[in-house]
Amino acid sequence: MKLKNNTVFLDATDLEILRALQKDCRETYGAIGKRLGIAHSTVYDRIRKMEQQKVIQNYTATIDVEKIGMRNITSIMTVYADPKEIERVAEKLAALPEVLEVYTSLSEELLVIAKVSAASQENLHEFIANSVAPLPGVSRIRTSIITKKFKETQFSITNASERLHL
Amino acid sequence: MTLDTGSKILRTVPREKAFYFFTSIGNYTGTSASSLKEFMEKTNEVNVKSLEFHLSRGDFEKWMAEVLQDTELAGEIRRLQKLNLTGNSLRDQLNFTVSRRFKRLTSQPGASRF
Repeated sequence: MKLKNNTVFLDATDLEILRALQKDCRETYGAIGKRLGIAHSTVYDRIRKMEQQKVIQNYTATIDVEKIGMRNITSIMTVYADPKEIERVAEKLAALPEVLEVYTSLSEELLVIAKVSAASQENLHEFIANSVAPLPGVSRIRTSIITKKFKETQFSITNASERLHL
Repeated sequence: MTLDTGSKILRTVPREKAFYFFTSIGNYTGTSASSLKEFMEKTNEVNVKSLEFHLSRGDFEKWMAEVLQDTELAGEIRRLQKLNLTGNSLRDQLNFTVSRRFKRLTSQPGASRF
């Protein structure tokens, strides 16, 4: 692993380790090393370096929230706002626990797009009416409630090797 | 009703307490009202679907009672809800009800500043 202009350059072994962790972050250093034909101490050292460089940001559990009966309404909210306020609106939304993801986008107008989770449609409406509409600069909101999920993944090392600086 | 009560009902509320007009769950029109006067004006302009949405949910009645603290107008709005009006009939009746209340409140001595 090399660092140049704040970009971390990973070699093939680093990528193999990341692939293994993305598949199962609880796999042991020994098991990863055995599969890759390297010592477990090498796996440990490389993971530690990638953690230090924030290449690996965290290890999380993916929970099926519907299975435990929680927060079963997910929606995509598009917030139209005054261009001068757009960053502030995005930052305020990012600080709210109901908001899972926040992006700014430029189509015909500047927008904030956010993924919002709530226990019910009523909770979702109350949240948007009480916490989003009153934010300074918000001019309009469009919300689509997700009815069926076909895919949800994170950036995958497996599918992106050709785009990495090797 | 005392002058104090009238002034309280007619005051401008902070933006977090304003009424925000939606057309359906999560779809905000961009129109809001921070006082009874503004509410009366905005009900003439906003998409009538928004009036139908909020009246059926009891949102107007709730805002009148809890934010403006006008239980009398909240009661009148509740009665309006039972008429099941839609479209411009609803807009006209809602505007008539709110305007009549607004006139009553502003005709009190000392209330002219609203």
